[in-house]
Amino acid sequence: MQINYKIINKNLIIDFNGELDHHTASDIRKQVDELYSEKMLHNIILDLDNLNFMDSSGIGLIMGRYKTVSQNGGKVCLINANNRIQKILKMSGILKIVHVYDNLNEALDNI
Amino acid sequence: MQNNMKLVIPSKSQNEAFARVVVASFASQLDPTIEELADVKTAVSEAVTNSIIHGYENKIGEIKIECIIEGNMLKIVIKDNGKGIEDVDKAMEPFYTSQPELERSGMGFTVMQTFMENLFVESSETGTKIVMTKEFKNTSTEE
Repeated sequence: MQINYKIINKNLIIDFNGELDHHTASDIRKQVDELYSEKMLHNIILDLDNLNFMDSSGIGLIMGRYKTVSQNGGKVCLINANNRIQKILKMSGILKIVHVYDNLNEALDNI
Repeated sequence: MQNNMKLVIPSKSQNEAFARVVVASFASQLDPTIEELADVKTAVSEAVTNSIIHGYENKIGEIKIECIIEGNMLKIVIKDNGKGIEDVDKAMEPFYTSQPELERSGMGFTVMQTFMENLFVESSETGTKIVMTKEFKNTSTEE
């Protein structure tokens, strides 16, 4: 599991590449939190386009980032979630607090 | 169709991906859809993660995975010899986690219940056994 990132107007955009489970989540969590705080950013946009697998550890990771970012007055949103990932997102109830947008432009316009 | 397999792995977190891929490969002989395979992978990942984090509390023990195909039904049995779940009913409630500091969502059993057809959990001080079944719709039942 690898992540790439870019920053657009205080938005941290994280591009996941691989599989998000309990094994990979702790390292990813650390990397995302470091980027977010070191670069003094506001919102986090998680790009799920190249995420091949996610279990409830991914839900935990999104919930955790939501807590951190909302304490800072920011928002977390998700983009490019395929049907399989949408299924676990929907059943977890996390979509009540975290928005899903179709693509990056839509997310940047609305966040 | 009738077939079975057994897999024994140490409770290391890097085996979570290995376990779900092995079970998915075994299930592929039932000609599942991509979505059905993803459901199986997710449920196995949750069960194995539970054994690692809660059963063995990150110490190393054995996780036994047994899969049985009967007709178009896949049965998955995942067993550990860990410390067991004190209150299974409570553990099965959505969002319940015994270790909130780990940033766990508490959705593991809910995912297993949603993504598989039947879920049965048996737990004591000497370990936990999870039995899950799923029926595959569009499959040939020929040998």
